[in-house]
Amino acid sequence: MENAFTIAAYVVAGILFILSLGGLSGQESAKRAVWYGIAGMALAVFATLVGPGSGLGLLSVVLIGLGGMVGYQLATKVEMTQMPELVAIMHSMVGLAAVFVGFNADLMINTMSALYEANGQVLGAVGADGITAIGLPKEAYEGLSAFGQLIAKKSSVEISILRVELVLGIWIGAVTFTGSVIAYAKLAGNSSKLPFKVDTGANKLPGGHLLNAGAAALSVILLIAYMGGSGSWALVLLTLAGLFIGYHLIMGIGGADMPVVVSMLNSYSGWAAAAIGFSLGNDLLIVVGALVGSSGAILSYIMCKAMNRSFVSVILGGFGGPQGEQMAVEGEQIAIDADGVATALNEADSIIIIPGYGMAVAQAQQAVSELVRKLRAKGKNVRFAIHPVAGRLPGHMNVLLAEAKVPYDIVMEMDEINEDFPDTDVAIVIGSNDIVNPAAQDDPNSPIAGMPVLECWKAKQVFVSKRGQGTGYSGIENPLFFKDNTRMFYGDAKKSLDELLPKID
Amino acid sequence: MKIGTPKEIFQGENRVAMTPASAKDLQKLGYECIIETGAGTGAGFSDQAYKDAGVEVVKTAAALYKAADIVAKVRPPSDTEVKRLRTGQTLISFFYPAQNKELMEAANEKGATVIAMDMVPRISRAQKMDALSSMANIAGYRAVIEAGNNFGRFFTGQVTAAGKVPPAKVLVVGAGVAGLAAIGTATSLGAITYAFDVRPEVAEQVESMGAEFVFLDFEEEQQDGSATGGYAAVSSPEFAAAQLAKFREIAPEIDIVITTALIPGRDAPELWTKDMVDAMKPGSVIIDLAAERGGNCKLTVMDEKIVTDNGVTIVGYTDFPSRMAAQSSTLYATNIRHMMTDLTPEKDGTPKHNMEDDVIRGATATHEGEITFPPPPPKVAAIAAAPKKEKPKELTAEEKRANEVAAFQKETKTQVGLLGIGAALILGIGLIPGMPASFMQHFIVFVLSVFIGFQVIWNVAHSLHTPLMAVTNAISSIIILGALIQIGSSNALITVLAALGIFMAAVNIFGGFLVTRRMLAMFQKS
Repeated sequence: MENAFTIAAYVVAGILFILSLGGLSGQESAKRAVWYGIAGMALAVFATLVGPGSGLGLLSVVLIGLGGMVGYQLATKVEMTQMPELVAIMHSMVGLAAVFVGFNADLMINTMSALYEANGQVLGAVGADGITAIGLPKEAYEGLSAFGQLIAKKSSVEISILRVELVLGIWIGAVTFTGSVIAYAKLAGNSSKLPFKVDTGANKLPGGHLLNAGAAALSVILLIAYMGGSGSWALVLLTLAGLFIGYHLIMGIGGADMPVVVSMLNSYSGWAAAAIGFSLGNDLLIVVGALVGSSGAILSYIMCKAMNRSFVSVILGGFGGPQGEQMAVEGEQIAIDADGVATALNEADSIIIIPGYGMAVAQAQQAVSELVRKLRAKGKNVRFAIHPVAGRLPGHMNVLLAEAKVPYDIVMEMDEINEDFPDTDVAIVIGSNDIVNPAAQDDPNSPIAGMPVLECWKAKQVFVSKRGQGTGYSGIENPLFFKDNTRMFYGDAKKSLDELLPKID
Repeated sequence: MKIGTPKEIFQGENRVAMTPASAKDLQKLGYECIIETGAGTGAGFSDQAYKDAGVEVVKTAAALYKAADIVAKVRPPSDTEVKRLRTGQTLISFFYPAQNKELMEAANEKGATVIAMDMVPRISRAQKMDALSSMANIAGYRAVIEAGNNFGRFFTGQVTAAGKVPPAKVLVVGAGVAGLAAIGTATSLGAITYAFDVRPEVAEQVESMGAEFVFLDFEEEQQDGSATGGYAAVSSPEFAAAQLAKFREIAPEIDIVITTALIPGRDAPELWTKDMVDAMKPGSVIIDLAAERGGNCKLTVMDEKIVTDNGVTIVGYTDFPSRMAAQSSTLYATNIRHMMTDLTPEKDGTPKHNMEDDVIRGATATHEGEITFPPPPPKVAAIAAAPKKEKPKELTAEEKRANEVAAFQKETKTQVGLLGIGAALILGIGLIPGMPASFMQHFIVFVLSVFIGFQVIWNVAHSLHTPLMAVTNAISSIIILGALIQIGSSNALITVLAALGIFMAAVNIFGGFLVTRRMLAMFQKS
C-alpha cells in the first residue's frame, strides 16, 4: 500500500477536510465547506479501493452502498429536534468500527507470528543493524495481503508500539460506543429505539467514581498483561472494561450536561480514529482523527465555559453540592394569560426571545417563527438570544430556528446581545431555565454561581413560557420567575404560542 | 383590657381612630372597646353603630381616659389630654416626637407608654400599620379632587359638538405615596400628567402610574434612596438650580401643580417660585401638600386658599385626610388594629410590649418611664441597597498602552511557556531509547494535525456547532480506510469484522454529510 498515488490522494483529502472544517466559520461558506468534506471523503475511499492491498473491492463497494442507504434513510427522516440523538448514535458507530478495526490488527499480528513460526522465524526479530526487522522469505511475504505485509516487516519495538496503539484505539472506541449509546438513550428518552430505556437523571451504581477508577486501573493492568504476551483474552477483557467505563460514566451525567457529553464523545471518536491510524500506519486516519479530536475537545471546552464548570466536574458527574445556604426566593410567581402577553407584544418595540430545550420538546419552533414573522411585519425589532448551552447539543437552538425559517442574522449569541436587555421592552423566555437564572450572578452559594447567563430580567417585561412551577434540570429555584417584571405564561409552549398568535394584530 | 377612643378635640378634625368595623376586629384580639360619645360623628359613624358593634359608649373624655388601658386617637394629644394619662396606660396616636419634645416629656412624666404611629419604620412587614402612607394616599387623591374643584376646565381632552377641549396638564412634584396617588388620580381623570422627583429611581414607578417623568439634563451621583429609608435627601445646589430651571421652562404650560416634596426633619424645600406662579395661566391651580412645613411654594398660606393677582389659585390646606374623614378613619383604624395585632401575639387582650421587635421598638416614644426616642436604626433595611454600579474607568492613553503591553507580555509568556512544555514533551518522546523513526514520522503528522485542528475550530461560528458535530462525525468515519485495507485478509474473522466496520462507517459518512447539508440549507438570511 505504500503507493505514491494513494499517499498523494491522502494529502489532497487531508487538505479538503481541513478546509471543510475551516469553512464552518460562516453560514454561507459552510454550504461550500460540506462539499469539500464530501469530496475529500470520496477521494480517500476511492484511492484506498483502487490502491494496492485492498481486496474484495466489490464486496466493499456493496457494503458502502448498503451503509449509504441506511445513512440516507437516517439523515432524511430525522426531525431537527432529534439531532442530538442522531449525532450520539452516529458516534457510537465510529466507536464500534474502531473496536473492530483494532481487533483485526491484533488478529493479524497473531496470524503473522504463526506464519513466522511456520517459517522457523520469530515475528519482529531484528537484523544485524538492530533496527530493521528480518523479514519473511520473499515468496511467503509476497503472498500476504497488504495489511499482512505491513505488519510482517515490523521490528519487535514497532510491534510493541503497534500493540499500545491498537489497545488505545480499541479502548477509546469501546468507551465511545457504550457512552454514545447511553447518551442516545438519555437524549431520545421515550422515543428511543433501543430495547431499554434510560431516564435522564444522573444515576450511578453504588461505588460511583471508584468503579470507574477500578475499571481504568484494571485496563492498565490488562494492557501490561497484553504487552507481556498474554494473548488476545486480555484484549477482550480490556474492551469489556472500556465498555463498562463508557456506560457508567455517561449514566452518571445528568441531562443538562449533555452538550458537554456529546461534544466529548465527538472528541473521543476522533482520538480513537487517530489511534487506529497509528497502528495501521495510515497518515490520513491520523490527520482526520486529530482534527475531529481537537474539534470535540474545543467544543467541550466552550460548553464547560458557558456553564462555568470545569471539564472534570462535568465528567465526574452532577453538580457539586451547594457550599452554603442558598438565598431564599421571595415573592410569588404571577401568571398571565395570552391576552396579557399579546397586549404587551403589540405595544412593544423591541423584543428578545430566549429559547431553550423546552421549545425543542414542545416542537414550538414553527409557532415561534410565525410569531416572529408577524411581529417583524409590524416593524418591531425582534431578535433571539442563544446561550451556548441552550438545548442538548452545541448550537442546537440555531439549527431548530433555522429549520423554522428564522433568518440567522436575527439570532444572536449571548455576548452579542446581553448588553441590549435594558433597552428591550419585552423578553420572552421559552422553555429555558438555568441559562436565565439571576442567582448565577447574585447568589454566591448557588450551584450555578458564576455561570454566564442571559440577563433577560433587565428587560422592562419578561414573559416566561413554562409548563409548570417546577425547577429546571439542575433543580435550582429560579428567582427570575419571582421578579416584579416577570409574568408566567403557563402551559405547553406550542399550545401557548398558538393561542397567542391570533391575538397579535 | 380596654381600648378607648376619645373624640378628637383639635379644631376641624373629623377623623376617629376606631370604627365599628375595627372595633369588631379588636374584640377578636380579646380587647373590650369603649368610645366617647360623638367621637365618630364627623366621620359618619353614629353612637348607635358603635353600640351595635359591641362598643361601650361613655359620656365624657375624662371617663374614657379613666376606663381605658389603651387610648387610641388620631392627632397628638393636647396638654389637657396628656394630663389625663396615667402610669401603665398606653397612648397610640400620631405624635411626631421629634417636633413635640415637651409633650413627650410630659407624657413620660405621667408614666404612660406612647406609641407614635408616625414613627412606624418603613419595612415591608410594617406596611399594614404605616398610617403616614395611608394618610398620604388620601391626601394625594384629595389634592387632585380639590384642584379639580378650583379648576375651571375638564381634566380630560374632549372633542364635542360644542368645540374642542384641550386636556389639562398636571405636574406632580415629589413622587412619594401622596405624589403617586395624585398621579394615579389625575391620569385616571384623563389629564396629561407629568411628575418629578429628585430620586431618579422612582421614574419607573411614575411611569407605571401613567405619568411622564420629567428628566433633568443633569449628571450627578445621586444618593442611593435606600440610605434614607426611601425618603428623599437634600440635593446639591447645582441640582436644585437645574431643577428650578426645568420647572421655569415648563411652568407656562402647566394647568395644575401638585407639590408634595418633603424632606424628613426639615422645612419644605422651595420648588415653585414666585416667578413660576407669575408665568402660569390665569385659572391655574397649585395644591401645596407641604403647606404645613412652609410649603413648596412660598406664596402658600397654610390652611387657606388664596388667589394671586394673575388669577392662580393656591390651596394650602393641611387637613386633606380629615376632609375625607370616612375614608381616612377606616384606613387609620385598620392601621391601629394591625398595630394592636402585633402588640397582642397571644390574642388574649393583653398587650405584650416587645422592645426587641423592630416595628414596635421604632414606634415607641416613651415606655416604662423612659424616653425611648429616637429608636436605633431597624435591623432590616427598608429597601435593599442598590448594588453599587461600577463605572468603567476611563483610561488614559498611557494606561491603555501600558495595559496593552502588559497583556501582550502576558500572552507572550503563556504562549512561550506552552510552546516550551509542548516542545519538551515531543523531544522527550523522541529521546526514548529505541523509539523507531517510523513512529516519529506519524507522530509529527499527528501533532501538526492537532495543532491545525485547534487553529481552525476556534473560528467556527457558535451557531454552526451542530453542523460542525455532524460533519466531524462524518469525517471521523475515515476509519473506513482501515477496514478497507483489512477486508482483503485471508483470515475469515478479520474479513467479517472489517466488513461490519465498513458498513457502519458508510452509514456514518452518508448520514453525517447529508444531515449537515440539510441543516446548512436551512440557514437563511433575512
